[in-house]
Amino acid sequence: MGGLKEMIIKGGIVYDPANGIYGEEMDLFIDQGRMALQAKGEEIDARGLLVMPGGVDAHSHIAGKKVNTGRIMRPDDARQGTEPRSAVCRPSTGYTVPNCYAMGYRYARMGYTTAFEAATPILEARHTHEELEEIPIIDKGALTLFGSNWQVKECVRDKDLAKLAANVAWGLCAARGYGVKIVNPGGGEAWGFGANVKGVNDPVPNFDVTPAEIITGLAQANEMLNLPHSIHLHFNNLGKPGNYTTAIETLDLLKDIKPSRMRQVVHVAHMQFSAYGGTSWRDFESKAPVIADYFNCHNHATMDMGQLLFGSATTMTADAPLEYGNARLTHNKWSNHDIELEESSGVVPMTYFRKMLVNAVQWAIGLELALLVNDPWKVLMTTDHPNGSPFVNYPEVVTLLMSKPKRDLEMATLHEQLPKRTTLAGLERELDWTDIAIMTRAAPARVLGLADKGHLGPGADGDVSIYNLRPDEVDTSLDHALVKKALANAMYTIKGGVVVSKEGRILAAPPGRTFWVDATVPQADADRLMIDLEEKFAKYYSIQIANYAVQDAYLPHANVIRAGLSVPQEVA
Amino acid sequence: MSEAIIIKDAVCSFCGCLCDDINVEVEGGMVKRVRHACRLGSSKIMGHARMESPMIRKDGKLAAASFQEAYDRAAEILLAAAKPLLYGWASTTCEAQKKGILLAEEVGGVLDSTATVCHGPSVIGIEEKGLPGATLGQVKNRADTIVFWGCNPAEAHPRHSLRYSSNSCGRFTPKGREGRKIIVVDVRETRTAKNADKFVRITPGSDYEVISALRMLVAGKGETVPDEVGGVLKADLADIAATLKAARFGAVFFGLGITHSRGRYKNIDNALSLVAELNSHTKFVIMPMRGHYNVGGIGQVLAWSSGYPMSVDFTRGLPYFNPGETAACDLLARRDVDAALIIAADAVSNFPRATAAALADIPVIQIDPYENPTTLHSEVVIPCAVVGVEVEGTAYRMDGLALRLRKLVDCSLPSDEEILRGILESVHKQRQLTANGGA
Repeated sequence: MGGLKEMIIKGGIVYDPANGIYGEEMDLFIDQGRMALQAKGEEIDARGLLVMPGGVDAHSHIAGKKVNTGRIMRPDDARQGTEPRSAVCRPSTGYTVPNCYAMGYRYARMGYTTAFEAATPILEARHTHEELEEIPIIDKGALTLFGSNWQVKECVRDKDLAKLAANVAWGLCAARGYGVKIVNPGGGEAWGFGANVKGVNDPVPNFDVTPAEIITGLAQANEMLNLPHSIHLHFNNLGKPGNYTTAIETLDLLKDIKPSRMRQVVHVAHMQFSAYGGTSWRDFESKAPVIADYFNCHNHATMDMGQLLFGSATTMTADAPLEYGNARLTHNKWSNHDIELEESSGVVPMTYFRKMLVNAVQWAIGLELALLVNDPWKVLMTTDHPNGSPFVNYPEVVTLLMSKPKRDLEMATLHEQLPKRTTLAGLERELDWTDIAIMTRAAPARVLGLADKGHLGPGADGDVSIYNLRPDEVDTSLDHALVKKALANAMYTIKGGVVVSKEGRILAAPPGRTFWVDATVPQADADRLMIDLEEKFAKYYSIQIANYAVQDAYLPHANVIRAGLSVPQEVA
Repeated sequence: MSEAIIIKDAVCSFCGCLCDDINVEVEGGMVKRVRHACRLGSSKIMGHARMESPMIRKDGKLAAASFQEAYDRAAEILLAAAKPLLYGWASTTCEAQKKGILLAEEVGGVLDSTATVCHGPSVIGIEEKGLPGATLGQVKNRADTIVFWGCNPAEAHPRHSLRYSSNSCGRFTPKGREGRKIIVVDVRETRTAKNADKFVRITPGSDYEVISALRMLVAGKGETVPDEVGGVLKADLADIAATLKAARFGAVFFGLGITHSRGRYKNIDNALSLVAELNSHTKFVIMPMRGHYNVGGIGQVLAWSSGYPMSVDFTRGLPYFNPGETAACDLLARRDVDAALIIAADAVSNFPRATAAALADIPVIQIDPYENPTTLHSEVVIPCAVVGVEVEGTAYRMDGLALRLRKLVDCSLPSDEEILRGILESVHKQRQLTANGGA
């Protein structure tokens, strides 16, 4: 085993929705670490068991300054979940902010083989990659923040789309980033002097642009560059009562933009936090039905749930004013970190309570979104780790989606007013294994534009998870406890043709790869951009341009995806 | 003789400023000239007297040895110890720090950094309250009000004021020093204080009280503040509180004058609270003035590896952290460690006398480019190449920004990382031999 990375997985009940396979008994083959039509080598007996591609997490905060700030300010968290080192493993610590090693082991145990860090400022990307490289087993990438960047705003203000595209390509390359992340656009700039923007048309201080212009500009640049992923957007007004109107208004800005690939034009991060009605926390209510209706009627957007679960969480985001609000609201400790010319960010520990009505409504909204949107390809299962809950609780989320009785049991323990504020109690839908395979595997891979992930067709990465569950026998509605237990520790997690985890025991911890996107732009645009950037470094940045970009030494296991203007268009 | 080459934009590996605009002239494999650096940085990059050969103590005297002999003896000491201390880590790369953490895990030791006698109390304060901070460029571009509290950058971080703080110019601060209000709080009039608009001399040990008074005044509860606090008149304090609230963007930089005076981490806790509260009125950030160029890095690397930023005890197989119990000075004062590896720091010069004395009674392994008082106590001495001059690698600036240090000239000595790898390999080898011998 191991060296040749060849194996046969016999007789599993395979869910591979990207290839139109919905629970068929079949053998799978892995050769040279990739799925193949046939192979020799080790045989794994999966007769009758649930088999899916390795899980893909498209939005999780797993590496970089904010995550480490969470660790440093929360020694209480590190005390939870400790496991000593072993012959294979380094020690594990932490629950909401685990150490790097625990991240890799815990994803692998659940059958996940890929996770993407959701927000990295270019200036601090070196730190992000230092941590990503320390996370064992899983493949990863990092989205790059552009939403409050001075150069971006100036290109948008000047309506110079070609220079903006060059700027995005340069930023991705400098950060060794995978895609364009936009968080509370313009808000990071306003927060530079302690303010915020209040909506998509609220002018951003000092730059004569609006969040709406930043979002549409970056979306257009994203499509000009033919990037594998769309823009990945954290809305303005996130986390505030009544913010669903901002969500709809923002989505409407983007509906006429043509995607350059077979994918969405915008991915909405942690939709749950932006589907709020009411005028204050007093009359706070779910607007998930309105949001779900919008997604059902439009095809340019996807979302991830950002499901909230009760208990401990650590909120961390580039939406710094939101975190200051969280800290004032909860009287909790508060870290803030502004990044010159680029972003701001904050970290606040949080506990969500069953008997607190607002928290109960938030819990319900995530589930409502996933159950009310008809097409599972539009909804990714996430908890916005560790904002809604740590990723180790994914089995809880999956079972809530698959079982109405479980939801009823949970709701019986929550604040009594909950049914008046959400529609969840009336939702009968129970997702099946095909839906789950889409929301945790196929869709996140497609949304990110990872061609070799999230499916089991020939040539795909040899990432397979096998669970000790018999889809033909288990009643996922009634046996939810059994399902949750089986999903928490995959019987086998296979990564690149290597069994990395078996029944919760880590057997191997090879390094994972880091994906980043290298997009080419016309030299003339790059040259025009460099004149601006050199001036910014000479006058405003606190470091030299020569020391800015992430050096190759930080990505010893890089996987570069080419994009840009010279790449042939895939969509007519 | 080779021609002189100019290396541009090198990163200075002296203090936590990590100035990255240094131009170095190299000729014939030697640094000939250093431009843009301060005197402290320039002196380090130019180089001075070095240790050249590993040494092992025999019959009370340090005698030259080979690197392999030194690695083997170091591994022997670490393996024989029940609870070795692996201390220092401030003046080396993150790459070496990672190897050090692995070694601490392997031999079941306690790893602690120089923060323990420096900004350790700041870390504990941050655990209590969080850190509202920013990168230094944010201060440069936006801050119109800056407070230096218990720190003296004019002498300890000479380029700080011009590059990042009081005298820097940025987008919203085009007038530089002229457009700013600078307040210095200290127990004596330092060189930094001479550059201030307002110097506030406080009674030694009264930082906590003065911060508390400012918090009350900022909160509009000045009636509870006595007429004089820490030697400062209430009217003066009210004036300062008004200045802080009137700032468009304020920044507080603090140093050891507040972390190691009476109150220690409680002073920091209080200062962090003051800054958090000021954000209800305007924008304010706060940041420790980290001393050694990569003392920030060991905190980061330890946190992502173990969950804790300092004083991590690996003797249980999993990381355990309880400062006061697992910090280097506490362990030594209790005589609770039975060997020490001191790397990239001079423990004997900087520790309290009783703890330094405890080092004299246990076997000490030293890894350092330079001879210093710790050498005199050492059983094994291993000289290394100088990071940022002879070795490249990662360091974290005082604001948490990672930069890549350059290699400027060649060196025949191994890097810290290579030395630690050599010791680790010897640990594995000796374990194997013992296992085989016992079988």
